[in-house]
Amino acid sequence: MSRRNVPRWPVWLAMIAAAALMSLPLPDSLNAFRPAWATLAVIYWVMMWPGRFGIVSAWCIGLLLDVLQGATLGQHALALTVVAYITLRFHLQIRIFPLWQLTATVFALLFLEAFILFWIDGVAGNPPVGLARWTQVVTGAVLWPPVMAIMDRLRERLERRDTTFA
Amino acid sequence: MALGTPDNDQRGFRDPGYGLRLIVVCVLSIALMIADSRISLMQDIRRVLAASAYPLQLLIDAPAAFGRWLGDSTATRAQLFEENEQLRQTRLEQSARLQRMAALEAENARLRALLDSTAKVGDRVLIAEIMSVDMNPFRHRVVINKGSREGAFVGQALIDADGVVGQLTRDQVFAAEAILVTDIDHALPVEILRTRQRTIAVGTGQLDRLSLPFLPRNTDIETGDLLVTSGLGGTFPAGYPVAVVSEIAAESGAEFLRVDATPAAQLTRVREVLLIFPAADARPGADDLLAAGPDGATTAGPDGLPGAGANDPAAPADTDIAADAEPPGEAGGETGPGPTEESGAAATTGEQP
Repeated sequence: MSRRNVPRWPVWLAMIAAAALMSLPLPDSLNAFRPAWATLAVIYWVMMWPGRFGIVSAWCIGLLLDVLQGATLGQHALALTVVAYITLRFHLQIRIFPLWQLTATVFALLFLEAFILFWIDGVAGNPPVGLARWTQVVTGAVLWPPVMAIMDRLRERLERRDTTFA
Repeated sequence: MALGTPDNDQRGFRDPGYGLRLIVVCVLSIALMIADSRISLMQDIRRVLAASAYPLQLLIDAPAAFGRWLGDSTATRAQLFEENEQLRQTRLEQSARLQRMAALEAENARLRALLDSTAKVGDRVLIAEIMSVDMNPFRHRVVINKGSREGAFVGQALIDADGVVGQLTRDQVFAAEAILVTDIDHALPVEILRTRQRTIAVGTGQLDRLSLPFLPRNTDIETGDLLVTSGLGGTFPAGYPVAVVSEIAAESGAEFLRVDATPAAQLTRVREVLLIFPAADARPGADDLLAAGPDGATTAGPDGLPGAGANDPAAPADTDIAADAEPPGEAGGETGPGPTEESGAAATTGEQP
């Protein structure tokens, strides 16, 4: 019952910020290593708050990414949806994984996402992106522990506020 | 770490609702993708979506904009003085060149009148700024801060002080997305200025290289040859510099030369770009030209980069830069009895490879 009282907007804000972060200009040398922040955020929140964030939220964030990046409308949306579904399906298991195992899972999810994006590019006839799509996956997984630490703090703060006010 | 939270939702993975939702959303995504690439109605939906994301793009641009503002407002007097001096100098050089240009344009118009062909009149331009928003890290796409509200249209050509930058691919009402000439998806019809041979310049995905893959082995081409837009295809007006040939290799057994060229535009550094409104409708040629010529020479002066323009004789070839150097604004776009948005769009769309 107290569940309803936790404010969700900070989490939406965090996810939108993650999506925006993917469009932040970076020097060319770092460009290939830009992680999929939005995917990390979606994985985290779907895993931790599966009742509040799920497939539809992931789809919305994906659509936002499509619009921001000028991609085929629905490309990121589809990829993120699949990632969210798998996270949702196994969230009880992966939530209790030790960190290294969780990181490996995130790596697999990011890889799956990159593959779906790559595959849609192929079907839609967009020119291939090259190696950068795959280096992104590695940086994404490497950055998972710090991202998780930050998100944990946000979540704990939100939940604590919930219990004090409820 | 992450044990079950107190608000753990036990609907969990047994709920068949998730599978159903996945399928619905997947089908929706696929339908969107197909619609996006096939149906032109989506253009409008897309435009609305993109326009609603504009605040976010502004936000992304904000740190860079703030940095620029900070740089501007903390510049020392000496720096400003120096820059001012430099700008004055380039302006002087350029207006000197433009004076001659006015006479040449008039002469050109007369000669064309003799040949009974239509005179090429000056194009109208609108100054826009590239926003610090990396749309797609893998492609050479940029967002500029002018959209259909200011009269920009899809397919419109984009130049900077030195040469062709790209063309608009998508309109976002308040902003627009553009593709650079070096994008791997882009090709534009050019001609070699020296020999007038026409060919196609294709993007390579590297910001400092274009490729000319369709030149036969016996082509007369040298390194240093300037490539200008040929005007074929209708998207880019003729005569704007595109690139300088940098490398020619004739591989044995290959049917075509392998020619690389360096884009004339400062693609890595460019911030301000000019949107060209082609003078598609028939303006009365020579009179208008004579009127526009001296005017252009005295008041114009593209606020390009200092030192730019010293090496590109053809750059201001047929620009009638009516916009002031200061805050671009709508004023530049609205001046002159130029083509309306619709007629311009109708005349120049298509030819996006």
